[in-house]
Amino acid sequence: MPDRMPDPDGPVLEVRDLAKLYPLTQGVVFKRRTGAVRAVDTVSFALRRGETLGIVGESGCGKSTVARLLVSLERPTAGTIHYRGEDITRLSGRALRAVRRNIQMVFQDPYTSLNPRMTVGDIVAEPFEIHPEATPNGNRRRAVQDLLDVVGLNPEHINRYPHQFSGGQRQRIGIARGLALRPEVIVADEPVSALDVSVQAQVINLMESLQDEFNLSYIFIAHDLSVVRHISNRVAVMYLGRIAETGTGPEIYDHPTHPYTQALLSAVPVPDPDPEPESREPRTRILLTGDVPSPANPPSGCRFRTRCWKAQDRCAVEVPVLAVPTGLAGPGAHASACHFAEERAEVRE
Amino acid sequence: MTRLLEVRDLRVQFRTRDGIAEAVGGVSYGVDAGRTLAVLGESGSGKSVTAQAVMGILDSPPGRITGGEVLFRGRDLLTMRAEQRRRIRGAAMAMIFQDALSALNPVITVGAQLAEMYEVHRGMSRGDAQRRAVELMDRVRIPAAGQRAGDYPHQFSGGMRQRIMIAMAMALEPDLIIADEPTTALDVTVQAQVMDLLAELRREYAMGLVLITHDLGVVADVADTIAVMYAGRIVETAPVRDLYRRPAHPYTRGLLDSVPRVDHGGGQARRGHADHGRHGGHESHGVHGAHRGGKLYAIRGAPPSPLTMPSGCPFHPRCPRAQEVCRVERPPLYEVTTDAGTDAVANTGADTESGIGSGIGSDGRTSACHFWKEELHA
Repeated sequence: MPDRMPDPDGPVLEVRDLAKLYPLTQGVVFKRRTGAVRAVDTVSFALRRGETLGIVGESGCGKSTVARLLVSLERPTAGTIHYRGEDITRLSGRALRAVRRNIQMVFQDPYTSLNPRMTVGDIVAEPFEIHPEATPNGNRRRAVQDLLDVVGLNPEHINRYPHQFSGGQRQRIGIARGLALRPEVIVADEPVSALDVSVQAQVINLMESLQDEFNLSYIFIAHDLSVVRHISNRVAVMYLGRIAETGTGPEIYDHPTHPYTQALLSAVPVPDPDPEPESREPRTRILLTGDVPSPANPPSGCRFRTRCWKAQDRCAVEVPVLAVPTGLAGPGAHASACHFAEERAEVRE
Repeated sequence: MTRLLEVRDLRVQFRTRDGIAEAVGGVSYGVDAGRTLAVLGESGSGKSVTAQAVMGILDSPPGRITGGEVLFRGRDLLTMRAEQRRRIRGAAMAMIFQDALSALNPVITVGAQLAEMYEVHRGMSRGDAQRRAVELMDRVRIPAAGQRAGDYPHQFSGGMRQRIMIAMAMALEPDLIIADEPTTALDVTVQAQVMDLLAELRREYAMGLVLITHDLGVVADVADTIAVMYAGRIVETAPVRDLYRRPAHPYTRGLLDSVPRVDHGGGQARRGHADHGRHGGHESHGVHGAHRGGKLYAIRGAPPSPLTMPSGCPFHPRCPRAQEVCRVERPPLYEVTTDAGTDAVANTGADTESGIGSGIGSDGRTSACHFWKEELHA
């Protein structure tokens, strides 16, 4: 694997204290605001050039909202998103369009994210309609065929319709569309979740080789922890709208310090009846009780405290900061939003 | 000994506008009381259609069972009278579906839906049935069961709804449960809770469990035996450990090698494929390095359409091992024999082909590959 050195010029994307609230209303004619769903709440991270930041979390943790905010499909309630040093959350019109060219998205569902009445050629060329300035001069059809070739589709299928392709091939079409404008950043929201195992590996490999070829930066959002570990350089674990823990793959997966990450990892079934026969201790599972609380009424203090076995009075009053906990060294020393962050002796490789 | 459930050479066809699609092309499997059989396959492999045919809930038309037997305690469900079959289906076998929200009635409280089982099948009074329903909800660990019995399905979370489905399947203490992707729609932490509950109930009531899934991870934890399906057929059957340690079919190996694993960094082709030993060293990785995983092994191509099944072995267009014989001759289910101990070298000189078509081999292993020996020893 080529070593990806982060660009010394600083991050491509920098997100600071991002928040998105969806108001809850009652009444039809006289709408009263009765509260808000805090989908994303003070989330901060940076994405460097050529790297993949994986965002994992269970349903409702806000990971898809983060994706929509990054590509400006939604406006944040608070916080900033800096692309190459410029805050894009305040942009509109032409300036916003120019930024969007460089931050493209790949969607989860290859069935509903492609217009069934458009040919593959038209789908992949549509970004050129919106951004004529980015259209390769002259032969647009040729450019589309090149894109199809790049993602491993037959360029001669340019006049076919989406239903003539399998799920994996459709996801390749979605990726080709995302690549059309030669963006710097691709935000991929569960890009392989709808695919069968044998096809999933093909698409992951494709995304990795495209990253190397075009020096892309990925935000890779998924609920599958194994896939995220595989593709990411760094990982952020989200819970109820906040980042619980963030670090490199080995830091998060082999040395997690946040109780939620530990529980999440221990719950992932491993495709092996007795993993690591040489390991001295078996994998011990932490079974969480209960469900994720509603984001409309999140717990005070630490959001995870209602399901946490370490929770104490302090957790109910004081919001834990996402920072490197004091007293931890080595790979355990990475940002973790827990008052009692520590490595679990049993969770190791 | 008669098995709890034995499916023999089951065939299901679908009549479609574009022709007849053979969704299930001769599937045989069995499960005993207290054991778990996992049926593993990708979408379109026929794993759910097989289960629907077994349960007798196949949509027909367009579906049609064209052959085979489904023996429940030795009696063929496909030839018995509908009335008789309904009695067995209600009390002795039950099914859990993937999507609890659409499997439960949205306009009836969950307590009433559970109580209905006791009223209809056991002839209980409404009050008794209600009490049993609450006990049952308690048994599947739904908090405050007494109060929640009056709630409607949409008022429960996904995990809780799945528990209610399990409760409903368990209500009459059946001998056999067929669970079709029971945790696919759930988050991992909830998935672990639900799978644990299911395994616990299976042990407690010594039920047979047929677990249908596409998830190699879920299966590894709970199954005794695994049947891998591809293109409407079983391609390999093996005890769970043997299947993961030494697959005897290239498709199984391809599946195992193509999933990234949460307990390994790197993710380089761990087992090596086809021509390398399976126990090649794991990729080491620097703890501080922010490395991405390497290339995953990927099975080339996509599963075939049931309307245009390839000739010979249906996996041959995607198989790294395919030879001329694979294109012309459909492999039968060979009996897979290994010497004692799963990691021992199999006796290659033995006359193993004698087990052709005989269902399940002596140590419970079969493979539908002409080159299963080579695959086993790869």
